[in-house]
Amino acid sequence: MMDRRSFLRKLLSSLALSGGILGGFLRVLPAWGQGKEESAGKLWGFGVNADKCIGCARCVVACKTENNVPMEPFFYRTWVERYMIPNEGEAIVTNIHMGLIPEEEAPSTKGILRSFFVPKLCNQCERPPCVQVCPVGATFSTEDGVVLVNEKTCIGCRYCIQACPYGARYLHPETSTADKCTFCYHRLSRDLLPACVEVCPTQARVIGDLHSVASPMTRFKRMNKIFVLKPNLNTEPKVLYANIDGEVR
Amino acid sequence: MKTPFSKLPEALVRLLIVFAVVIGMAIIIVKFVIPPRFKDTRIQWADTVARETAKPVRYAGAVACTECHDEIVAEKKKGYHRDLSCETCHGPAKAHTEAPDNIKPPAPRDRKFCPVCHTFNPSRPLGFPMINPVAHNPMKPCFTCHNPHDPKPSRTPRECSACHGEIARTLSVSHHVQLECTTCHNVPSRHRISPRIVKPTKPSSRDFCGKCHSKDSSYKGSPKIDLSSHGGKYVCWQCHYPHLPEAE
Repeated sequence: MMDRRSFLRKLLSSLALSGGILGGFLRVLPAWGQGKEESAGKLWGFGVNADKCIGCARCVVACKTENNVPMEPFFYRTWVERYMIPNEGEAIVTNIHMGLIPEEEAPSTKGILRSFFVPKLCNQCERPPCVQVCPVGATFSTEDGVVLVNEKTCIGCRYCIQACPYGARYLHPETSTADKCTFCYHRLSRDLLPACVEVCPTQARVIGDLHSVASPMTRFKRMNKIFVLKPNLNTEPKVLYANIDGEVR
Repeated sequence: MKTPFSKLPEALVRLLIVFAVVIGMAIIIVKFVIPPRFKDTRIQWADTVARETAKPVRYAGAVACTECHDEIVAEKKKGYHRDLSCETCHGPAKAHTEAPDNIKPPAPRDRKFCPVCHTFNPSRPLGFPMINPVAHNPMKPCFTCHNPHDPKPSRTPRECSACHGEIARTLSVSHHVQLECTTCHNVPSRHRISPRIVKPTKPSSRDFCGKCHSKDSSYKGSPKIDLSSHGGKYVCWQCHYPHLPEAE
């Protein structure tokens, strides 16, 4: 039989003990944090200035050519959306495809307050949902911050395509594996610009090293007000947008 | 003698031995027989990075072009197309840099190509040079008037609508269609040469619109308001869009 006094004594002493253990952990944990050093190499970041985009879709064509993406209007590593903000209601979003086919008549501006183009691509998230859901570990973040797909182990289950909140992935019809923008990893390793950045006629796209103090991205971040897509999801995108508004999803 | 399993039935002991052997073999196979390349994602990832890095390049990059085509590069540097990469128009040219004489990058010469960027589209940013390809010198290839490496309008257009097409179209259906642009805007002549540096003026006082719209104006046929009580501190165009007044 335990009386109240001894019960309280035992409870308090066990609390004190566990508190000591917790305290010991807390003293250790920040040390672990310090021990984890940031990699000294590059960290690729991408800038999109929506004000400069003219919606010519040269980037889409260049990306498809460079990366063997099928030309059908269904497979994209990068694509351009036209936003039309009406007087009332939700923004109307259309994909402008390749620009080369004569498109439907220029859309009526009746009832439209504003309209602009937004280029989209893989956001190379710091915390990528696609990496978390891959059942075979085929998709991963490299040390320089690019999310890649190992097409040898990808089983084409489409989990990552479902998980990506930005719709940046597609299933490549020839390899039947997931495919996505890699910031043109093969070009970056040769000191070339990604194909879309190379051909953009208005410099709406910028790439650079986020760790460097002197890179186009540093200037982009200094000169613009920066926004990322769906910040509420805590994916921490490395594709930064300038001059877009909250309507952009 | 008491062995640990003596209390268990013999059949169960045999089953346990079979289990132990199977588990042991599984451990040996996983640990020693399967090569680490199949198990360790780090090795697979390093392979992937190597494979990605080795992929062939199609676009050579603008720097590659400067090595041979320095005249055109120098010409292009002066003009409005200075920030354009050569491959934006000429297409991927890595093959051309490797075999310059055999593979020539195409030069788009028909009227379909330039309008990809320069067709009027209301979503394009204001001030970007845009034309209506149906009305703009039909059938003529663009390069008969414009040099793509140093494009200039063949002459500076006199009419405002050449650049401000959207405003002109909006104005054409408004009550203000009879007004000249210069009625309200004072356009310095240098605006034609440096359109973004020297800008036309806008009416800066409420009295300007009041010339027609004030209660005591002599002009007939326009809606009248009391300037002293209407609109407070704002200039008229801060609320009303003068190119389409009282738009829906």
